[in-house]
Amino acid sequence: MSRVLEVENLRVSFPAEGGHRVHAVDGVSFTLDRGEMLALVGESGCGKSLTSLALLRLVPGPGRIDPGGAIRLGDIDVLHLEGEPLRRIRGKRIGMIFQDPMTSLNPVFTVGDQISEGVRAHLPVSKREARDRALHLLQEVGIPDPVARLDAYPHQLSGGMRQRVMIAIALSAEPEILVADEPTTALDVTVQAQILEVLDRLRASHGMAVLLITHDLGIVAGRADRVAVMYAGQIVEEAPTPALFARPSHPYTQGLFASVPRLHGPVERLKPIGGSVPPPSAWPSGCRFRPRCPKAFDKCGAMPPLLPLEPAHRMRCWLAETERS
Amino acid sequence: MNPLLAAVRTAIRDPRGRAGLAFLAILALLTLVAPIFLPDPAAQPDPLGASNLPPSLMHLFGTDALSRDVLSRVVWGARVSLAIALLAVALSISLGALVGIAAGYFGGAVDSALMRLVDGALAVPRLFLLLLVLAVWEQIPVAMLVLFIGVTGWFGTSRLVRAEVLRIREESYVRAAEALGAPRRRIIFRHLLPNALGPLLVAATLGVGDVILVEAGLSFLGLGVQPPTPSWGGMILDAKSVLVTAPWNAIFPGLAILGTVIAANLFGDALRDAVDPRGA
Amino acid sequence: MGRWLARRVVQALLTFVLALTLLFALMRLAPGDPIQRLEGERPMSKAEIARLRERFGVDQPIWRQYRTFLGGVARGDLGTSIEYNRPVTAMLLERLPATVLLGATVILVNFTLGIWLGVRQARRRGSREDRLLTTASLAGHAMPSFWLGLVLAWLVGVRLRWLPSAGFSNPLLGPDAPLSARAGDVAAHLVLPALTLILVTLAGTMRFQRAAMLEVLRLPYIVTARAKGVAERGVTWRHAWRNALFPMVTLFGLWLPLLVTGSVFVEAVFAWPGLGSLAASAAGNRDYPLLMGTAILAGALLVGASLATDLAYAALDPRVRLS
Repeated sequence: MSRVLEVENLRVSFPAEGGHRVHAVDGVSFTLDRGEMLALVGESGCGKSLTSLALLRLVPGPGRIDPGGAIRLGDIDVLHLEGEPLRRIRGKRIGMIFQDPMTSLNPVFTVGDQISEGVRAHLPVSKREARDRALHLLQEVGIPDPVARLDAYPHQLSGGMRQRVMIAIALSAEPEILVADEPTTALDVTVQAQILEVLDRLRASHGMAVLLITHDLGIVAGRADRVAVMYAGQIVEEAPTPALFARPSHPYTQGLFASVPRLHGPVERLKPIGGSVPPPSAWPSGCRFRPRCPKAFDKCGAMPPLLPLEPAHRMRCWLAETERS
Repeated sequence: MNPLLAAVRTAIRDPRGRAGLAFLAILALLTLVAPIFLPDPAAQPDPLGASNLPPSLMHLFGTDALSRDVLSRVVWGARVSLAIALLAVALSISLGALVGIAAGYFGGAVDSALMRLVDGALAVPRLFLLLLVLAVWEQIPVAMLVLFIGVTGWFGTSRLVRAEVLRIREESYVRAAEALGAPRRRIIFRHLLPNALGPLLVAATLGVGDVILVEAGLSFLGLGVQPPTPSWGGMILDAKSVLVTAPWNAIFPGLAILGTVIAANLFGDALRDAVDPRGA
Repeated sequence: MGRWLARRVVQALLTFVLALTLLFALMRLAPGDPIQRLEGERPMSKAEIARLRERFGVDQPIWRQYRTFLGGVARGDLGTSIEYNRPVTAMLLERLPATVLLGATVILVNFTLGIWLGVRQARRRGSREDRLLTTASLAGHAMPSFWLGLVLAWLVGVRLRWLPSAGFSNPLLGPDAPLSARAGDVAAHLVLPALTLILVTLAGTMRFQRAAMLEVLRLPYIVTARAKGVAERGVTWRHAWRNALFPMVTLFGLWLPLLVTGSVFVEAVFAWPGLGSLAASAAGNRDYPLLMGTAILAGALLVGASLATDLAYAALDPRVRLS
């Protein structure tokens, strides 16, 4: 098992009114092994997208990554790279696909051009060779009639095909890690499954590690190897997928599962989590979930660290101390 | 609070808006108190005695060929230019709003016809239209000047207003009003017009700057404000012949134009950002 | 695509005819009779007046006048100048090259320098350079072109005597002087009027391009480009600028009228023998047919430019081309 990515204490901050900064991503740490899929799950505003952007140092200004953390690819720390060395890891060691393929593809260039560009940014190949490779990639992601599609423009393709093109672009320089930021959110349900299947296939054939960012627990089940749940800029629970689904332990995770409607079994009233996600400026001291937590008690006034529950299953909750099996 | 007032407030808080508005306010104040402090430049006291004097303590901006104090001419000229600008812009905005609302709201053939007309009118540069119309007179009455500058300036505004109206029409509160059977006039005045006021105000402010330049240009060509009424453009025209020996005759009125137009544009920009924060 | 093109051309023609109609209406509805006014200016015999009346067709019913007018334009006959007693069309054609030279120079500089500066400003948003250029463009935009021209003429032409400040060429340089000398002479005369127009229009170009670039740089596909490892320069020029070009095409359509109008003042100040100064003197002389001729030409130019703009847009944007 080789470790491809190690993220330690990642913090991303934004300037807020009053001059100080808020940490939209506050001390996030996780690892990724070769061929593994880690799902980063949470509601909008929890900081999961920013985390993924930070891996490629693409945090939009005025946000910035705070010092004191590390993003390690082997023995390189991405946070210490600038200029050309930084450019070289983008696409070559970490590839990224985004949520909305319509706006994430440049409308004035053909699909083939955009893929070839990714290839030539890292590999010293001719235009012809890059084009051949683009064709090969289109086939790999399962686009029908790839030869014709090479010269198509993004607006001429359907949503599902555009997302496949995005995956092809992300793969153009054969990265070891693929970050997928809500890859299926903008797509129809039927197409979602297809895209996820493409990702699975590529994982198997290339041994690629995948960081899947999503708010949808449904696509995580049966696919991701491990899951990390994020809330208010922090990871609050982390476990292998079967363990998380069998035994969600953090009150927030439990709330998430309880609020998902089920197709089978008796129809019950949905149990939403009371209250709403606070903005960074309104985060309470101590446990951030405390105001909405049905199980809160006095100790929650202090910020809990990630405490172990079972091997490989941790949660950021004082209840871990009592619930340890 | 009235969104228009809120927009103006926001614009004032913007340093650019503050600077622009301050300049315009001072200028307006000056034009109002001018008659008290400065000699009437239409009167020519001493035709040759003190002509073309360089700036001095007595004459801060110097004197012109007819011994008139340039500073007072610039201030009096401001009265004329600002008055023309405000009136002409008011006319343009009103016409533009009228046509824009009619086109946007009634749509169909009315819209097509009106917009075709606007396209045709926009094909000829405003200056040429004005030259053609004004060249008919020997001595152009100021009222006609204001009228024609106003009448040639509404085309762009109508397009703007029409776009706003089309946008607002689709908003749910308008549809709700229509579904409730509200009479057309009510919808126009209560819903469409107030929302279009923001962009209209921006267009008006920027329009003032435009008109000042247009009027100055016309006066420079001899087809604007007629002498002996002082106007900035006219002063620059007169200054042409003594440019080499008495450049201050041209410099100060030009700076006045520059300053005023910059001020109007600054305030207009601040207003625009206030009305449409998306574009910042 | 061919169908779209045909439709656009027909639309353009229609707009032009509408513009002509508007001009005709202006001419006829303007109070006062041009012939009468002329009478006031110089003594004319009854026969002369009658002849002029007939020539200008002012005694015909209005719709017939309109038809004659349109027919004349279609044939290229724009009447006769009252002041110079020469066919207007010939006079316009004579003065066209000088204006084209001036205009082309200004457009060229705007499209190279203006675009480059605008993109630079966008990339260095908020920097000192950006703020300086923004302030400068604010001033440039607000400056009356005739005043700037005068100031430059005085400063550079008279005070410093670096460049000539009037006319097209040195009249003492005969036609048998070497081409390079003549070309250099014209170039020297071109500098000040071109500089004046450039300073006034560059401001707008820079502002517009800056704004367009900033809009585009915010878009998701820019993040994609960076994420796949494209170098910054590629991101700026290949991805962002290509898309920020569209508003520039529109800008060209919008600012051509500014150029045409500005050239009236600048040519007048620098005695540059082009269409602008012709229009200025025609206005001053109340030479109606000549003035009308310049207005018609200006209108034709703008309608043509607008059509060209649409074509350029279609050529550049695959979304338009292939729909």
